[in-house]
Amino acid sequence: MDAHVAQLQMQYRNYILSLYQQGFLDDQFTELKSLQDDGSPDFVAEVLSLFFDDCVKLVGNMARALDQIGTVDFCQVGANVHQLKGSSSSVGAKRVKGLCINFKELCEAKNYEGCVRCLQQVDIEYKTLKAKLQDMFNLEKQIVQAGGIVPQVDIN
Amino acid sequence: YSSMARDGGVSCLRSSETMRVGIGGMESPPLDLDEVHVLAVDDSLVDRIVIERLLRITSCKVTAVDSGWRALEFLGLDNEKASAELDRLKVDLIITDYCMPGMTGYELLKKIKESSSFRQVPVVIMSSENVLTRIDRCLEEGAEDFLLKPVKLADVKRLRSYLTRDVKLSNANKRKLPEDSVPVNTSLPPPPSPFTISPVSSDSSPPLTISPESSDSSPPLSPLEISSSPLSSPIDDEDDDVLTSSPESSSAPEESPARRQKMRSPLD
Repeated sequence: MDAHVAQLQMQYRNYILSLYQQGFLDDQFTELKSLQDDGSPDFVAEVLSLFFDDCVKLVGNMARALDQIGTVDFCQVGANVHQLKGSSSSVGAKRVKGLCINFKELCEAKNYEGCVRCLQQVDIEYKTLKAKLQDMFNLEKQIVQAGGIVPQVDIN
Repeated sequence: YSSMARDGGVSCLRSSETMRVGIGGMESPPLDLDEVHVLAVDDSLVDRIVIERLLRITSCKVTAVDSGWRALEFLGLDNEKASAELDRLKVDLIITDYCMPGMTGYELLKKIKESSSFRQVPVVIMSSENVLTRIDRCLEEGAEDFLLKPVKLADVKRLRSYLTRDVKLSNANKRKLPEDSVPVNTSLPPPPSPFTISPVSSDSSPPLTISPESSDSSPPLSPLEISSSPLSSPIDDEDDDVLTSSPESSSAPEESPARRQKMRSPLD
C-alpha cells in the first residue's frame, strides 16, 4: 500500500475523530455518512451544502430581525432559530445545534443583547464548521486522487 | 407530478413507476411489492433531502413536498371535489413534519383523516420536540406513528416494516395463513385500533391495501400476495407493527376517528 495514501488515511481518521471529540459533530453525522454509498457518493456533501445555505439564509433573517431596534420581533427570530436548530440537528452539527437551543431561550426571554451575542456565535460556529468540513472533504479527495479509499471511521 | 393511469381506479404514481396490479380485491399478478410510495412533507429542505434518502434506501418511492398545502394539492384534496371522481394516487404512507408554517403537520393529518380517499393512509408525524401532549394529540387524530427528529434509518426501516410486502417471502410463500405471522405477533398485544389488519400482511400493512372499501388504497393485494416477513428490527413499538386482530375486511374504513395506537415512545 502506498505510504502516502496510508498517511493521508491516518490523517483523515484523526481529523474526523477530532471533529467528534471537539463536539463539532454528533452521531447524526455518522448516520448521514452511513447513508452514502457508491450510488450516492456525494450525499453528505450535498446535504451539508444545503445546510450551510440554510445557515446563510437564516442568520441573515435573524440579523435583519434583530436590526429593527426597538421593534424586534422575537417570534420571528425564534422561528428562524427553530429552523436552524432543526437543520443543524439533522446533519449532526452539534455545536450549532447547541447554540440554537440557547438562542431559543434567549428569544423567548426577549433578551436582545443575549440574542445579538448568540447570533454572532452562531455565525462564527457555522463558518468554523464549514471550514472544518471543507478540510475533511479535501482530505477525502486527496486520498482518492492518491489512489486510496476513504476509510470508514469508527467513532466509538 | 404523477401521471395517472385509468385502470380500474389504480393509478400510476409516475409514468416510470407503473405497477402491475389487480383491480379491487382480485388476485393480482406478481406485484412489484417494493414500490411503496411515500409522500414526505417538510418545510426544511435539508430534512426533505435526508428523509428522501432514508426512504429511498428502504426501497420506497418518494414524493417530497414543502408544505401541507402542497401535500393536499398533490393528493388532490385541495379542492372540494368528491374523491370518487378523482383518479386515485397510490400513496402508501404520508410522513410529515409537525412544525410547519401555514399548515402544521397536525392540521394536515386531520385533513387527511377527514378525506374519504386518503384517510386510511398511515400518517406519521415527525417532530424535533418530544412533547407528550403533542404526541397524544396526533395519535388521537389517527397518526400511525410519531418519530423524533433527527430521523434515522432505523426509524424509517421500522415504518417500512408495516408497509412492506416482502417480495421474496411473498413469492415463496403463497399461502395465506394467519399462523405465518402469528409468531411475529404473539409478543404484541392487539392494538385498540378500529383498523384491524390481517395478520397475514407482513407486519401491519395499512388497511388501505386490503379493505375492499377503499379504492384509493395502494394496489389491493390478494391475500396470497401478502405474507408476513420476519421482523428485522425489534418492535419496541408495542402494537404498532404487527396486529393479531381480525381480518381486515371486517374493519370498516369509515370508522376513522380516534384511532388509538400506542406508538414508539420517543423516549425509547
